[in-house]
Amino acid sequence: MKHTLNQVFHSGKFLVGFTILMTVLVIVFVYPLIVRTPPLQIIGQGTFFPPGIYVSTYDAINAPTVYTLNLPDAEARRIANRLTQEDRIAMKEWLVAFGVPEEEIDIDDTAQLLAQWEANYDPNLRLPGMTFARHRYFQRVNASIDGLLSTEGAIIAARNPETGELTEKSIVKQTDFANVNDIANVRILTLGTDNFGRDVTTQLVAAAGVSLLIGLVAGLIATTIGLVLGLMAGYIGGVVDDVIMFVTNLFTVIPTFVLLILISFSIGQDRRGAVTIAIVIGFTSWVWTARAVRSQVFSLRNRDHVNLSKLSGHPLPRIIFADILPYIASYVVMAFILQISSGILAEAGLSILGLGPRTTETPTLGLMMNWAMIYQAHILGKWWAYMPVLLTIALITFSMNLMNTGLDQVFNPALRD
Amino acid sequence: MASSGNLCLSGTGVTKVFGFGRHRTLAVDHVDFAFHEGEIISIVGESGSGKTTLAKMLLGLISVTEGEIYFQGKKRDISSGRKKKEYWRNIQAIFQDPFSAYNTFHKIDAVLLDCIKLRGGGGLPKEEKVRLMTEACSFVNLKYAELTNKYPFELSGGQMQRLMIARIFLLKPKILIADEPTSMIDACSRATILDYLMKLRDETGMTLIFITHDIGLAYYVSDTVYIMEHGRFVESGSADEVILHPKQPYTRRLISDVPKIYEEWDLSTV
Ligand SMILES: Nc1ncnc2c1ncn2[C@@H]1O[C@H](COP(=O)(O)OP(=O)(O)O)[C@@H](O)[C@H]1O
Ligand SMILES: [Mg+2]
Repeated sequence: MKHTLNQVFHSGKFLVGFTILMTVLVIVFVYPLIVRTPPLQIIGQGTFFPPGIYVSTYDAINAPTVYTLNLPDAEARRIANRLTQEDRIAMKEWLVAFGVPEEEIDIDDTAQLLAQWEANYDPNLRLPGMTFARHRYFQRVNASIDGLLSTEGAIIAARNPETGELTEKSIVKQTDFANVNDIANVRILTLGTDNFGRDVTTQLVAAAGVSLLIGLVAGLIATTIGLVLGLMAGYIGGVVDDVIMFVTNLFTVIPTFVLLILISFSIGQDRRGAVTIAIVIGFTSWVWTARAVRSQVFSLRNRDHVNLSKLSGHPLPRIIFADILPYIASYVVMAFILQISSGILAEAGLSILGLGPRTTETPTLGLMMNWAMIYQAHILGKWWAYMPVLLTIALITFSMNLMNTGLDQVFNPALRD
Repeated sequence: MASSGNLCLSGTGVTKVFGFGRHRTLAVDHVDFAFHEGEIISIVGESGSGKTTLAKMLLGLISVTEGEIYFQGKKRDISSGRKKKEYWRNIQAIFQDPFSAYNTFHKIDAVLLDCIKLRGGGGLPKEEKVRLMTEACSFVNLKYAELTNKYPFELSGGQMQRLMIARIFLLKPKILIADEPTSMIDACSRATILDYLMKLRDETGMTLIFITHDIGLAYYVSDTVYIMEHGRFVESGSADEVILHPKQPYTRRLISDVPKIYEEWDLSTV
């Protein structure tokens, strides 16, 4: 036994899979201790904020110390930030259409381009053949480059609540800097926000935990049912075997996923908690374990060591626990691991169809996929709302399959390399 | 000598059918037999003739499809777990393949301790148990001290089969069924195993049912011989009668196979 464990942990594949899974588990347990916001709290007003570090503008202006940094490339960066190459080409297009000779326009000479724009652009003029959307686009570009070359600072003013008069408080110059450490509110949103304005990272960690739990519960249930039924059918045989095999065959011909959909649907949205879903998944996915255990027990019960055990007067429970179970333990462990990963996938599949756990309590990986799909994150190109979820699902199931292959190599000498 | 003792195990029309429909196998086909106390009986037949199946029925390990088995003249009753356990105090077996006859997760100690328990010695002090186990091991020339804390698969096939005999030594059953006990063992160990088996039988006076495919061996060890072909007993009687004056062509063929082996062997060594 100890020897086998030793071998298991010397299997490279198992170790890699185990390490990945343990890393996921550690993150699931440690992350909530550091970030304490509830995973489903809505923090963003608006949908799909991209990943990044969010700095409070108000706090940046009011930072206690203002530093002056004279950076030579500051102006160039500022312009590039607000006037992209795409915008420049569009501006040239407008100017040419308006009537400025093409050879006079140099889109790389920012000052000249802006001067030509200033002189010719009229926001109210809609050129012939231009769509309304295009017209609006030029209005936006015009607004964003407003005052781009200005060297004046921006004035911060406060309004007197009684008179409504503005009093100048300070001037923010182009060379003013605030140290991020001085800013009261900075929020890192590694994976941005989702369609409801919720932090995707926090949600993802919580969802991974819940999905693992669902997989674990579903796997435990499926493995237990499969093991017990398989043992009974295989060892007792006869009528018991016939009845169990009849039920098993029924479950085999009805596609499990269809069954899963029907049951989830009939339970109703209100009563579908994460654990309920896990139980439903468990109860519909024991079939293959039962079949495999049955056939293994079938050949084991005719082995002479079982006969010898009977001849030694051992009662049935002892024969099952001491003479049968140890021989199929490795297989059962492997089946259990596969059941966990397929449970996670089943939950994801159900939730994508909108038949997953109810949505108000906890996120699951499947629910996150469902939300991302409903709000068309994939069409809008908001990759952060679904890619990390997909990767997490893939990583967890991959690690489990890797562990499984590793175990297979240890337990099945024919596969050893 | 064969019919002098009391009847200890007998059967009428004993039949075993495996499976049904296309997979139906008639493994044992209406066999009648009468084994007497203290007798050495050989059951001889080719592989697949149903010897092991019959042995398992005699042991009560598998059900009998048809027919009746009598133990000590009375209908055998093994309908409950307790009755089975009682029956197994009287009848034990040594199996053909020692490599699959042990639970590989249990140490050798456990096998021998089980035997002491079955004999009602579960409450004995530890030293007494060790003494019994040591005695049993030394009967088959094994050292108990070297075997404790070892797993069965760490022994050789011959050693494992000797341990099986030690097990029988502890159990002292009335009947022992030895199902081809030497066929999976290397040639060098065969004679030793056979010697220990005969020594044990001589000391205990138990009934020995010796199953083999080697009719020469059967002649060498047994009083009575049953010849089995396709699940049926085609010929039976005292060893001399059956082997020196065979009536059935099947028996003659089994006998003619034996010298052939020696001829071939002789040719190759010349
Ligand atoms: N558990 C079983 N299920 C189906 N057929 C069996 C089973 N055990 C033995 N048989 C069949 O019964 C016949 C006799 O087998 P067996 O008693 O093992 O022969 P022997 O011991 O003489 O070699 C064979 O044809 C074998 O295939
Ligand atoms: Mg056999």
